[in-house]
Amino acid sequence: MKLDFAAFVGSLRFMGEGMLTIFGVMAVIIAVIYALNRATSHNE
Amino acid sequence: MSQILGNFAALTPQMVVMWAIGAIMIYLAIKKEMEPTLLLPMGFGCILCNLPNSGAVEVLETLFQAGVANELFPLLLFIGIGAMIDFGPLLADPKLLLFGAAAQFGIFFTLSMSSLFGFELRDAASIAIIGAADGPTSIFVSNMLQSNYTAAIIVAAYSYMALVPIVQPFCIKLITTKKERMIRMEYTPGKIGKGTRILFPIVVTMIAGLVSPDSVALVGVLLFGNLLRECGVLRSLSECAQNVLANLISLMLGLTVAVRMQAESFLVPETLMILGLGLVAFMFDTFGGVLFGKLINVFSKKKINPMIGAAGISAFPMSSRVIAKMAKDEDPYNFILMQAAGANVAGQVASVIAGGIILAMVGPLV
Repeated sequence: MKLDFAAFVGSLRFMGEGMLTIFGVMAVIIAVIYALNRATSHNE
Repeated sequence: MSQILGNFAALTPQMVVMWAIGAIMIYLAIKKEMEPTLLLPMGFGCILCNLPNSGAVEVLETLFQAGVANELFPLLLFIGIGAMIDFGPLLADPKLLLFGAAAQFGIFFTLSMSSLFGFELRDAASIAIIGAADGPTSIFVSNMLQSNYTAAIIVAAYSYMALVPIVQPFCIKLITTKKERMIRMEYTPGKIGKGTRILFPIVVTMIAGLVSPDSVALVGVLLFGNLLRECGVLRSLSECAQNVLANLISLMLGLTVAVRMQAESFLVPETLMILGLGLVAFMFDTFGGVLFGKLINVFSKKKINPMIGAAGISAFPMSSRVIAKMAKDEDPYNFILMQAAGANVAGQVASVIAGGIILAMVGPLV
């Protein structure tokens, strides 16, 4: 079995970008939920 | 007579191996009750499609083209899954979404590992999405990327989802101490307004769609199902989605996926590698979630049980039950089911978004 180290190194950017993006999106959704909770608790 | 003998002559040892694989799947479904909704139809379909000159292949191929190749079945199934999810524990403590994010680490790690083992990018990304621990997402992404190994990926995804009670405890015990597993967490149920429950699926769909337009179909139908549940005025549609639709599509999906489990295309060395890499994805999902929990404990005065990080995978509700049971086994008065359920539900959202991120990053390059 031949290991492709060049492809491995090249794919590392997906790991970095992917994890940063998903944490970023989650952070936005968390902020949105807090805002929704606040907005709807005022109305109810 | 010669036709009948000809059928026997067309039988190959590889077909017999596939019969055994089908039988194992049926055994696991019935005797061990591991994901029976999918493993049983897949197992039986595997046997059907590996009989010599099988007349079932053409029929199932037609169904495959009608529902799997165009992503229709996974999307319809997701409506049902969305209608089953109660986002309450997550909405009460939105920070649990971070555990959902951390527990997707296995996806991106496996993408790199698959590249290392020589899989081309479309296949590496499709194999990696096994780590989403979510059948419809795995099918959707591997189809969109036109992976060569869709069948093996689907078998791996559903098999490892069923093996969560075995894989996760092993991984958690590797990287946690008994003291950490015994950490108790207080649960204070927050009151979630109906407005939040209704706006949440709409707003999250829009956010996910802006990040990755390719994922709108996946995220959108999941959260559409949830909106059916939460709106309060479509109870019959919600119940139909949760029961009739989900069961019907699961039935069709299991059978039709089996048409890609024909011996000549399934029994290749790459299939074994994919099964191994799928296990890596699940393990590193668990490691990612738990290590994130331990990282939080370094900086936070209020300690959390790091095991809830492992519940951030999408295998709902099995993972949360496994974690809650592990906590109780260490300390009979340690109840962390609600926190684990919140993290587990966060994993549902995170896994679909991770699928969208994979499509956004890798799609243009293949």
